[in-house]
Amino acid sequence: MPIVKLTHFEATVLLAVAISIVLGVTGRKTDRERLLYGLKCFGYFLVAIFGLGWLMYLGHG
Amino acid sequence: MAKKPKKKREPVPPVRLWGHIVAFAWLIPGGGHLLLRRRGRAAILGATITLTFLLGLFMRGAMFEPKTGDLLTTVIHVGGFIGDLASGSLYLLATLLGYSQADMAGYAHDYGTKFLVAAGLMNILAMVDAFEIAVRRKD
Repeated sequence: MPIVKLTHFEATVLLAVAISIVLGVTGRKTDRERLLYGLKCFGYFLVAIFGLGWLMYLGHG
Repeated sequence: MAKKPKKKREPVPPVRLWGHIVAFAWLIPGGGHLLLRRRGRAAILGATITLTFLLGLFMRGAMFEPKTGDLLTTVIHVGGFIGDLASGSLYLLATLLGYSQADMAGYAHDYGTKFLVAAGLMNILAMVDAFEIAVRRKD
């Protein structure tokens, strides 16, 4: 079985992409709404990833 | 103060309408949508959930076992087990073929464990969506 080793950033962004796709597909009623909702979720994930990343970096001193 | 009007609860539709679809959606990620002839959505859900699960396995993520003990141990292990189990045939195959591995130290394995649970949770979303389409609450 192959081994995949990703950095923290790669793993988090990949998971954010996957979850955004599923939330987009299941969360809205029309294709346009699904696309927009998926993109919105991904945007929120990115804000959380960078925000918490910087918070942890600054918290470490 | 005026009382809020109680929202009427929708009756649960008969199981014969949605039982087999939800069961198939659990067994094969995206399968419920496929039965309902939503091929595009079935392909997207199936591919996303399967890829997430495989990435979790390739990162040497651990499968949870339903261990009980103090509250936190119970919540983490039973919750994680339910999350893993929700991946359906992916979980069953991985366990039967011996790909379930013990928890190891290291962030990559830890991410793998989270990927495996996340795949199951995404499949639960797909099952709920398939249910709503089957009972015509959604298109």
